[in-house]
Amino acid sequence: MISASSGPPKVDHSLNVIVATDCGSTTTKAILIEKIGDEYRQTYRGEAPTTVEAPFEDVTRGVLNAIAEIEELSGRKILDGDKIITPCRDAKTGVDMYISTSSAGGGLQMMVTGVVQNMTGESAQRAALGAGAIVIDVLASNDGRLPHEKIERIRTMRPDMILMSGGTDGGAVTHVVEMAEYIAAAEPRPRFGATYKLPLIYAGNKDAQPQVKKILGEKSALVVTENIRPVLEKENLAPARHKIHDLFLEHVMQQAPGYRKLIEMAGAPIMPTPAAVGVIMETIAKREHLNLIGVDIGGATTDVFSVFEGVFNRTVSANLGMSYSISNVLAETGLANIMRWVPFTIDEQTLRNRIKNKMIRPTTIPQTLDELQIEHAISREALRLALIHHKSLATGLKGVQQERTISDVFEQQTSGKTLIDMLKLDLIVGSGGILSHAPRRIQSMVMMVDAYEPLGFTRLSVDSIFMMPHLGVLSTIDEKAATDVFVRDCMVYLGTCVAPIGQGKDGERSADYEIVFPDGRTVTDQLKFGDLRLYPLELGKKATVTMQPAKAINLGAGAGGTVTREVQGGAVGLILDGRGRPLQLPADQQARIAALTKWFSAVGLYPNESR
Amino acid sequence: MAHSYTPGLTVTDSTVIRRRRILPLPGTVLVNVGDRVRSNQPVARAELPGKVYPLNLANQLGVAPDEIKDYLIKKEGDAVQKDEILAENKPLIKWFKTEIRSPVTGKVESVSTVTGQVLLREPPRVLELLGYVDGAVVEIHPQQGVTIECLCSLVQGIFGIGGETYGELVMAVAAPDEALTPDQVKPDMKGKIVVGGSFLPADTMVKAKEVGVAGLVVGGIHDKDLRALLGYDLGVAITGSEQVGFTLILTEGFGTIPMAQKTFALLSAHAESKASISGATQIRAGVIRPEIIIPQTETQAGTITQPQRSGIRMGDLVRIIRDPLFGKIGEVSALPSDLTKIPTESEVRVLEVRFPDGQVAVIPRTNIEVIEG
Repeated sequence: MISASSGPPKVDHSLNVIVATDCGSTTTKAILIEKIGDEYRQTYRGEAPTTVEAPFEDVTRGVLNAIAEIEELSGRKILDGDKIITPCRDAKTGVDMYISTSSAGGGLQMMVTGVVQNMTGESAQRAALGAGAIVIDVLASNDGRLPHEKIERIRTMRPDMILMSGGTDGGAVTHVVEMAEYIAAAEPRPRFGATYKLPLIYAGNKDAQPQVKKILGEKSALVVTENIRPVLEKENLAPARHKIHDLFLEHVMQQAPGYRKLIEMAGAPIMPTPAAVGVIMETIAKREHLNLIGVDIGGATTDVFSVFEGVFNRTVSANLGMSYSISNVLAETGLANIMRWVPFTIDEQTLRNRIKNKMIRPTTIPQTLDELQIEHAISREALRLALIHHKSLATGLKGVQQERTISDVFEQQTSGKTLIDMLKLDLIVGSGGILSHAPRRIQSMVMMVDAYEPLGFTRLSVDSIFMMPHLGVLSTIDEKAATDVFVRDCMVYLGTCVAPIGQGKDGERSADYEIVFPDGRTVTDQLKFGDLRLYPLELGKKATVTMQPAKAINLGAGAGGTVTREVQGGAVGLILDGRGRPLQLPADQQARIAALTKWFSAVGLYPNESR
Repeated sequence: MAHSYTPGLTVTDSTVIRRRRILPLPGTVLVNVGDRVRSNQPVARAELPGKVYPLNLANQLGVAPDEIKDYLIKKEGDAVQKDEILAENKPLIKWFKTEIRSPVTGKVESVSTVTGQVLLREPPRVLELLGYVDGAVVEIHPQQGVTIECLCSLVQGIFGIGGETYGELVMAVAAPDEALTPDQVKPDMKGKIVVGGSFLPADTMVKAKEVGVAGLVVGGIHDKDLRALLGYDLGVAITGSEQVGFTLILTEGFGTIPMAQKTFALLSAHAESKASISGATQIRAGVIRPEIIIPQTETQAGTITQPQRSGIRMGDLVRIIRDPLFGKIGEVSALPSDLTKIPTESEVRVLEVRFPDGQVAVIPRTNIEVIEG
């Protein structure tokens, strides 16, 4: 059996054929990776329903079904009954390694506690989110709830794990001990299995460790680690994150149906899906020295990742998604915000009923063009809301004293500012069904541009067929294999979006531009407000764009400043977005529909078929 | 592709189901293997620990946390009555005396000299777990609950709200495409499970609540009426704990959709029989769907059919579950294996459905469900 440590395993044979699965909440996706010549390529893909719950109650059943599909497509014999043949016996039998990620059964659900909500509470939340968890509640001494309400809340929630933080090392112990007393009184029970103790990680003031051990040692599977906020000015999340991973494997996964078998089958520790995607995002950012935002929009949740100036952050919007949670997107954003992206009229009742019908039959797909456009409208809102959520958590540390000089007198800047700076953003990476499987790549690009409103020059890409989780876990074992597949088969560069910041009336000048294409062809024109233009620019090709914006318009060099940049092509090309930032759609319904229709047809977003 | 998986809803006249009845925390099982149980009979019992009330005595007495033991009248484990004195100080001048009284009846669970806090716990509350269905106990899960087996007719709905309930099944409409109007809900339907047709309007919901029906089973409702009924917009389909006055089960979906003929005929055939229903819905892998269970005796039972989940076959009865033909029911007339381009430009696996009027439509395979059973 694999030891439940966070470190990568040692492989004693060469890796030429790898099978990887991701056990999602609905489907288990398997991919086959083979070494062809000197490089690794993703060759086949299989899919089967996830089987965590009744009637199968064994996650490995879905895994074997998905692998059986790969067997059928590739002609390679991988399974021997219920076993995966490892290592390879010959060119057509077996694989060298099997690896997996999992978010089945609702993923890793955690409750976190702190003393001050926006200080240790937020640090604990960041630690849990970074480890791939869904945070179901944040309790803090100052969260506004009365003590008995806190206890009731802990009792009714059934987390997989609790992370306790609070206090700086050497500070007062009272509040953190008080929280431990509440938890002990509530006697929280884990989500899976009635017979085992709930894993609890204590990562708070080290002076309170003896008291916390005394209060919770008997009542929970307590693990003590370093303080996540040893001093106010410093966050130390890594030790707590490692403990979360270890406990996820040792406790939580052992309780989920069939996971013990899955752990035995796998040649490396099973990773929570979002943690694996996070590894990939962080690797891209570090390798190419980029500031990036990544998003994985699924059926139930939307995960957002960001790396700005080397600082990695991840958030999960647990109830923003395109199938199970689609109705919640409507509930959170409101009908008007969805309708503003739909280029036709539809009565409210019909639309509401359609969204609810998708919620209760989450596996259905749009069959008509207007249904597709409605789903794309909803996805823009899910993406937008998830980014707002991310921005609120991806911040500097709050409560830190700042040194101010006389020049700061007029700048009322508080600590804890968001790290997300859209003007400094280099790359947006999209993943998840609605983005990976959009019938036209331009649709994915425009959805992300509309939702995120990138500023200045920004490159965009998508995960070709949703394999980032697989590659995330693979990268912990074989960096080269993961990188090869990532570059050649996973990442589809869409192109670059150029968006001037500022607003103006439709038809007014936003910027004059010149594009020098790789073949020497030059295009000189004027971008007007209300324009959306697309120039094809192939993958691997670069063009030089010079933008000379109007007086009040900014493209990164200040108002009116001319900017020349080399831009990258992709499956879509170069988009010049003159719709203004912040993007404002006409309030009048007819005008809005006319504007959407004009933009959509300008970039060839949908087939020309009339509705 | 080796498997073509399409989840379906079971509508079957005779089947054997098993329902696990598990307490939320360890307790006592009240029945034995082989016992016949009724739906409203307790099968297991547990004591839910009482609510906890923290009191910060150190703050209230104005003393240091490690001194509070000196002021306590009640010790750890002692029983207390509401308003009984828990702790008091002993000042030289009587006027300055502070008495801390218990806000609840219960016992002193713990006293902390670190935080100065006392935790009081109310007495436990007895929780009885009912059988839910009429049947036989086939398995005991020690301290946790039982599994009950039941020979029954089973109808799975697509979506529901409200918990488990029981009552006599009564047909309020004559045809599956008829909407359930308020005047069809009669006072003698109190405590019964009322079956409507294609649609449940908001004013009928009001009438049903007035009358006190136990449950409503209909083809569809409008989302806006559901929102009005619940008082909020349902974001995620995890239901079962709502308390709106009755349990509601939709057999088809949102909108006005005639109940499938097969479902309507089965429920009609069992009018006046006793049924157990649950609105609990959880739409995730291994879904929980709402259900209508009509227990039968051995003599009533026809041929027992255990629903088999297999691939779609020619001739299978299927329901289309996505616009533009949402709710239509027909037979599978072709199963092409190649990917087909649909109007959205996606290339997907499709099938051909023939409707009773002879018309044929090409539908993505993911957009149908097999009517099982």
